[in-house]
Amino acid sequence: MAADGQQHPLKIYFYIWGLLFLFSAASYGTDFLPHGNFRQGLILLFMILKAGFIVGIFMHMAWERLALIYAILGPPIVLLVLIGLMAIEGDYTELKRLDFFSPALVPAGHHAEHGAEAAH
Amino acid sequence: MSQEAVSAGDAQQAGWETIVNDWSADKATFRVPWGKAMMWIFLLSDTFIFTCFLTGYMNVRMSTTMPWPNPSEVFGLDVFGVSVPLLLIGIMTFDLITSSGTMALAVNFGYRRDRGRAAALMFLTAAFGAIFVGMQAFEWTKLITQEGIRPWGNPLGASQFGATFFMITGFHGLHVSAGVVYLSIVAMKVLRGDYEKKGYEIVEIAGLYWHFVDLVWVFIFAFFYLW
Repeated sequence: MAADGQQHPLKIYFYIWGLLFLFSAASYGTDFLPHGNFRQGLILLFMILKAGFIVGIFMHMAWERLALIYAILGPPIVLLVLIGLMAIEGDYTELKRLDFFSPALVPAGHHAEHGAEAAH
Repeated sequence: MSQEAVSAGDAQQAGWETIVNDWSADKATFRVPWGKAMMWIFLLSDTFIFTCFLTGYMNVRMSTTMPWPNPSEVFGLDVFGVSVPLLLIGIMTFDLITSSGTMALAVNFGYRRDRGRAAALMFLTAAFGAIFVGMQAFEWTKLITQEGIRPWGNPLGASQFGATFFMITGFHGLHVSAGVVYLSIVAMKVLRGDYEKKGYEIVEIAGLYWHFVDLVWVFIFAFFYLW
């Protein structure tokens, strides 16, 4: 296989090309939906489908040996840890900013309540 | 061990066994041309860079107390007086998907040693890439001159919007620009017949880079423009 390179029938490329156009159109279509979990779920779904077909078929990962697939697709999994940590950090930073830097956004008396709690 | 014995052994192995054998054999781990393995490893490192940018963007968007400008409106275009949301970005997305398809075909014709078609398709891919960069330049100009968006602030809301936008799309645009140059050089060499002896793996390697640029755009489109 490796000696001949990645030789596949043209049909499969046209088929995947068509699918990618379809998913792109669907992806663009999500912009007309109201914001919320449903819309975000669809955005992620079409994103993952497109990414999968590009890596798997256009970049030929589906036909490579497992030694290469795991070496390339394995390491990015640790990025999920970074994303998770930064999401927690982002939430925390926002809460602290609301507490200390945006008096206009905090209802009157909010700070006084905090003071009372601290006194307990 | 003869070549037949190796292949026969392969057929019986499955899953982790092939990985352990490939990694522990006293020879090259990846049974692909070295240039291809190195391109994959480079793309892996690029994945980390782009993920760090997008994660940084997620963090500042979550932590800001100012309203985030609505990308759907910011990137909308007026067509005959009707405002179409995200139109330019949609066109750019289809442009990149089209270029990915022509690249995939170029790789195929390269391996068939049809170097005329392979080079023509690569030039076409580079042209789609150049159009993409042109549209991005138009987008940036509109944002800077008409919307007043700067890396340090903007009139629409959270100042982090400009910082992350210029950083992420700028770095991606740089990748596309480099890809256009890279593809053009390789296409020229393909056309000249420089790879007749060596083989046409180089087209696939250049293709890997190009598909990766498209791949990154898929994530930017989802997280920056649609989210």
